[in-house]
Amino acid sequence: MAAAEALLEVRGLGMRFGGIVALDDVSFTARRGEITAVIGPNGAGKTTAFNCITGFYRPSAGSLQLTHADGRGFALAAMPGHLIARRARVARTFQNIRLFAGMTVLENLLVAQHVPLMAATGLGVLAILGLGRYRAAERHAIAKARLWLERTDLLARADDPAGALPYGAQRRLEIARAMCTDPVLLCLDEPAAGLNPRETAALDALLRGIRDEGCSLLLIEHDMGMVMRVSDHIIVLDHGRKLGDGTPAEIRADPRVIAAYLGEDEEDADHLAPADAP
Amino acid sequence: MRAIFRLPPGLACMAGMQHALVESGLDQDLGLGWRRVASWRITRGVGLAYALQQLINGVTLGMIYGLIAVGYTMVYGIIGMINFAHGDVFMIGAFLSLIALSGLASLGITAVPLALAITLVFAAALAALYGWTIERVAYRPLRGSFRLAPLISAIGMSITLQNFAQVTQGARVKPLAPLVPGGLVLTRAGGFAVQLSWMQITIAVTTVLCLAVFTWLVTKTPLGRAMRACEQDLKMAGLLGIDTDRTIGLTFVIGTALAAVAGLLFLLYYGAIDFYIGFIAGVKAFTAAVLGGIGSLPGAVLGGLLIGLIETFWSAYFSVQYKDVAAFSLLAVTLVFLPTGLLGRTDVEKV
Amino acid sequence: MSQRAPLLDAFLSALVALGLFAPMVGLETTVGVHGIVLVPRPLAVAALVGAVFVLRLAVRLWQARRPPAPAGAGAVRIGRAWAGMGRFLVPVLLAAALLMPWVASRATIDLGVLLLTYVMLGWGLNIVVGLAGLLDLGYVAFYAVGAYAYALIAENTGLGFWSCLPAAGALAALWGITLGFPVLRLRGDYLAIVTLAFGEIIRIVLLNWVSLTGGPNGIAGIPRPTLFGLRFTMTDDPGTFAGFFHLVPSPVQRQMFLYYIILALALLTNWVTLRLRRQPLGRVWEALREDEIACRSLGINITTTKLTAFAVGACFGGFAGAFFATRQGFISPESFTFMESATVLAIVVLGGMGSQLGVVLATLIMIGAPEMFRALADYRMLIFGLALVVMMVLRPRGLVTERKPSVTLGRGAAAIPAALIAEGHG
Repeated sequence: MAAAEALLEVRGLGMRFGGIVALDDVSFTARRGEITAVIGPNGAGKTTAFNCITGFYRPSAGSLQLTHADGRGFALAAMPGHLIARRARVARTFQNIRLFAGMTVLENLLVAQHVPLMAATGLGVLAILGLGRYRAAERHAIAKARLWLERTDLLARADDPAGALPYGAQRRLEIARAMCTDPVLLCLDEPAAGLNPRETAALDALLRGIRDEGCSLLLIEHDMGMVMRVSDHIIVLDHGRKLGDGTPAEIRADPRVIAAYLGEDEEDADHLAPADAP
Repeated sequence: MRAIFRLPPGLACMAGMQHALVESGLDQDLGLGWRRVASWRITRGVGLAYALQQLINGVTLGMIYGLIAVGYTMVYGIIGMINFAHGDVFMIGAFLSLIALSGLASLGITAVPLALAITLVFAAALAALYGWTIERVAYRPLRGSFRLAPLISAIGMSITLQNFAQVTQGARVKPLAPLVPGGLVLTRAGGFAVQLSWMQITIAVTTVLCLAVFTWLVTKTPLGRAMRACEQDLKMAGLLGIDTDRTIGLTFVIGTALAAVAGLLFLLYYGAIDFYIGFIAGVKAFTAAVLGGIGSLPGAVLGGLLIGLIETFWSAYFSVQYKDVAAFSLLAVTLVFLPTGLLGRTDVEKV
Repeated sequence: MSQRAPLLDAFLSALVALGLFAPMVGLETTVGVHGIVLVPRPLAVAALVGAVFVLRLAVRLWQARRPPAPAGAGAVRIGRAWAGMGRFLVPVLLAAALLMPWVASRATIDLGVLLLTYVMLGWGLNIVVGLAGLLDLGYVAFYAVGAYAYALIAENTGLGFWSCLPAAGALAALWGITLGFPVLRLRGDYLAIVTLAFGEIIRIVLLNWVSLTGGPNGIAGIPRPTLFGLRFTMTDDPGTFAGFFHLVPSPVQRQMFLYYIILALALLTNWVTLRLRRQPLGRVWEALREDEIACRSLGINITTTKLTAFAVGACFGGFAGAFFATRQGFISPESFTFMESATVLAIVVLGGMGSQLGVVLATLIMIGAPEMFRALADYRMLIFGLALVVMMVLRPRGLVTERKPSVTLGRGAAAIPAALIAEGHG
């Protein structure tokens, strides 16, 4: 993957909330076809960076340039959140799972395909009358949902409410839902949190599969074992600044990273850093 | 220097609209009657005096709204519900005041300060009992339940109180002879006297005293601390050993006592009440609370003053009929630009 | 509270009741020659305090006899029962609605028209509140816009009900979009107060724009609907329904006609809602209610989605308003007060948010029952208010609490329990 080109270029990203600086002049590149991990102690600004990339926060400084394979470029910092998902094709999951709990697993995946489905229904009007290409579009959408349910091992639960799934399954469903939007970049916020080792191993395979099919990943994760196993490239953040980046082997050998991670324990990091942006 | 005196865009637009409407004669159709006030603009001195008088009247009205709004905002801050029955407790407070004043008069207690003090305590205490009971009966069983259930329950309570007052006290408007007539003439200009009535002074003094006591209660006492803790995080406050049910109950008690004071002041100021005053005043006060930033106590008072002022000035310069439209429009415009009101916390959206 | 002995508890309740009722009930303020005179009513106070004592004691003794069920268990059970019964209840209700005018008295048909109007309003608001989770306290505004739109268009152009109906709906929807656009990014209760304010603004404008709306006098002589051009009048010339079908003209014919119009309009609302629920638009409304932020992350434009819900709900409100105008033949601002908005909202919430069957059941309870007790006069609304409180306390989630999935993968899916369903924050 050495020849991979840049997919997302983050330049001088800064984010402040009132007086608190959550991100300060962070620059990195995520390359196409790779899994890029963002690591760092709690409060390092990882989720804040994600929120900037996916349009939930407007960065105070810096630029976020996303380039599609066909050469089209998107300046994410200036785009409204829903267009980042729709046009720039950046999908995400959430640290605190955000499923449509009162809807079934299948419904969750169909809502994810709302944009193409809506186009096929003539903005909803034709479908009421049973006209248009709606039926075909829905069949197609259900087929895609079924595909992702199989890959995330949720097919048997398709008609159960999402809120009734066990924790690990909810995490997988969130990934499936994000994938149903056909993203070029999938941002995962701690996908392995709360999973048991067996589930984590399955997640490894799922993420690699997604990458190999051409969707690049950006990953926040605290499970270092998993990060080292799946990542092609790692970015280390600490106190809102970039500490370093490189391949897993390079990161493992970087004394600054070791100091940040091992030199002070997590409690201290919690204490010193501003709360990780909500 | 000119820039300083430029109207805010919204007002400038309204002024332009007014001009266009008057030109086209449509204002008569709309019943706006702007020409009514044209005569006051003949001389600048009169214009200023007239404006000063409106300022005094507006602040008086705004104080009454502010007192009611504080109750809305407290309840909202602590349990996040719109207490629709609050305006009706204000109405009950006005009736209790009327009953007390009439009772005292028939007992021969006619010294005004004494009668007012007794009435104030009586109305505030009994209205607080209403507030406590309402919370206990209609809201506490719904705590932690579905968000809209307490809202509907509150609407039900509002209907109940309105009709309770109608059934028990009759539907007729109840008049009260002015207790404190007269006032100060601040200034005269071209035959127009700017008056500050004793009643307005009474209202201002009472409001300021009540708000001072209230501020002390919220900032300096253990109860106030418990209330602020509950406002921050009800569940956590409970885990830390605060009796949240009791705190919420007391929040209602304080809020409704203030509303009853407002009821007394309303009765004194307007000299007439009926069972329906609660709805209008309640909606206005709630508007004031939202305008100021719901959950913010200074915001509630500020919002009340603003609503009082805009209503008074709009009635004085444009049209009485559309004063509520002006107040509501001010709210809508403010919320479009400041989605959490003037002094509301603009919390970062949690993702 | 629960540890106290029942007798002591009842005594304390009675004491509170004494405080509440002694001045308000015990001393009536009457307007005399020299100002207010107080008329004492000690017996009424004694009776009320006694009643509170007895009731409280009874409730406590009843509670002591049976251990309390886990909170909400009963409610869930009943909610399931309703949802299960839906399969039988729906055809029965529909058949009853279709056949009712043929067997019922004129007064009953009138009541049926009233009930169906509220059912339609409830179904319309259900789209906004129940599906999209947007709290709208000013729904009556759209009802009013529809009614006045029809009345004014008919008055000024001479067009009939059927030609004006789409315009009334469209105008209401347009209002919904115009009002909704600036305020839909507000959350929760801010939206609630702004919608309430808009409802009041429209009423005040209707009241004061005398040259257009007739102000408080309203608009009279609104044309009645025709059946393919056939009028319903008391003559039997060929242009009338009775004349064309060689019937004896009777007011019942027009009444039945109106009844079937509102039934059709209500069923249209229901049909559109049910269809939309199974399609992307309706599904995304529900997703919005569940989690707005997740919707945004999926590329969904939240503002437009909310606007569509607002507009569709408003459109049906407008239809209902046009029907109200043609049925009454007269409208005035008095019919469009906040009470109407509150009543319709209460129907939706009591029905169980998002449930179409729930709206029907709630309307029967909330509108049907008070109509039966017209004799209670002044006490009717007092009881209505108390009943609202009691029903909410007993069934906070409403009558029908479950949600049926809009799409399944082959096998039939179970209904989704209420506890999982979000209520929206917009």
